[in-house]
Amino acid sequence: MTGQDTRHLPLEDLHQAAGARFGAFAGWSMPLTYPPGVMKEHLHTREHAGLFDISHMKLFEVGGPGAAALLNRACPLDAGALDISQSKYTFFLNEAAGIIDDLIVTRLGDDRFMVVANAGNAIEDEKHLHALSANFDARVSPLDRVFLAIQGPDAWAALARAGIETGSLLFMHGIEPRQNWFMSRSGYTGEDGFEIGLPEKDARDLVAKLLEDERVQWIGLAARDSLRLEAGLCLHGQDLTPGIDPASAGLMWAISKDVRASGAFIGADALRSILERGPSQKRVGLKPDGRQPVRAGGALVDAGGNPAGHVTSGGFGPSTGHPVAMGYVDAALAKAGTKLFADIRGTKIPVDVTSLPFTPHRYRKG
Amino acid sequence: MAKIYFTEDHEWLRVEGGVATVGITDYAQEQLGDLVFVELPEIGRKLAKGDTAVVVESVKAASDVYAPVDGEITEANGSLSADPSLVNSAATGDGWLWKMKLSNEGQLDSLMDEAAYKAHIG
Repeated sequence: MTGQDTRHLPLEDLHQAAGARFGAFAGWSMPLTYPPGVMKEHLHTREHAGLFDISHMKLFEVGGPGAAALLNRACPLDAGALDISQSKYTFFLNEAAGIIDDLIVTRLGDDRFMVVANAGNAIEDEKHLHALSANFDARVSPLDRVFLAIQGPDAWAALARAGIETGSLLFMHGIEPRQNWFMSRSGYTGEDGFEIGLPEKDARDLVAKLLEDERVQWIGLAARDSLRLEAGLCLHGQDLTPGIDPASAGLMWAISKDVRASGAFIGADALRSILERGPSQKRVGLKPDGRQPVRAGGALVDAGGNPAGHVTSGGFGPSTGHPVAMGYVDAALAKAGTKLFADIRGTKIPVDVTSLPFTPHRYRKG
Repeated sequence: MAKIYFTEDHEWLRVEGGVATVGITDYAQEQLGDLVFVELPEIGRKLAKGDTAVVVESVKAASDVYAPVDGEITEANGSLSADPSLVNSAATGDGWLWKMKLSNEGQLDSLMDEAAYKAHIG
């Protein structure tokens, strides 16, 4: 945060009219919950379709003959190997292979890419890309868009009813269905769903149509967090930081073998040496016994009381019906089934190391 | 005849025969959102005004509930272990948190009545 005034969503009036309770997140005033509350909102998303205003996130278009080369430098990525409309989850890394931000890159055309970055890092990301772009024949253009997510098993049908066909679009693909629109089949809930960047006026029309459909409800940031945590998805600033590398985070699936071996991305040497010696800590799922949640920042100890790691995200899983968490533990303790203890206000709560996600992903892959 | 008091921290007390039943107000449960866990106090624990008596956990965060006056815990609402959402659905009824024997009834004078509390939350 740079001490700037709180930023407001372009559609704030719609959230106010819907009875949202607002709170600060990453410099923005965001709808945290609506009248149904986090529990019902969460379950509604898994059963029907949740509509999220995620306009705090930033879209950048990267274009020009050197666009792929710029992205290959900034990210552990072979941008030129992406098919047109293919998306890839990737990162900006620092020289130590620490994660500056996690993001999704989609190839829009031969030399045009869309980058979707996190709200909290948007300013740093833009500076980082702009600085790097001086060495490449490429332009970085931040886009002024409303950004909506519609997530859940009825998302595609609700969009179809609102006049937007999604039939041929598969998970982790993105297209430009209308002028100044960007639509990808992706999300942050573990469900099938879409993210749509579009001009404000179009967004107001689309929201009005979608909310006529009883399968669609506004969902706040609180349920967005519980949904992503159950789905085992990382929140940058908590589960990923500039001090954590993709190997420790268990995210090496996002970096192809060729890129690992020969990529010229920032942090490549550091990442290779981390992979050679093996990460000292690993990100794991954590399932507390009983009903008491463990929270971010909580210390983990082993059966002998020795430090074992810490919790980076924790809360209650409305779909799982029990507390869910993730965190980092010593690599030797990262095996599923390992018994650890979380220290909550002086009480030791037994916690099982588990694989992620807690709720199975239901993406439309083909 | 029981008398009801309120605190600035959005708790209510129903006092009868030197024993207060304590809970959080409807306003407070709305602010917290869906509760998923209530850490109840031990019977017999002596509390001074301002001590943390109970921790209520919502999906997102943990919040302390403070002792509004001095006293000793005589009972905790065990039904909240199975169903913490009672605090949301019946904050001023079945969702009570604990009972305490008052050791300084004079402290009640500094609390609000219902009209003053309503003015407090606007």
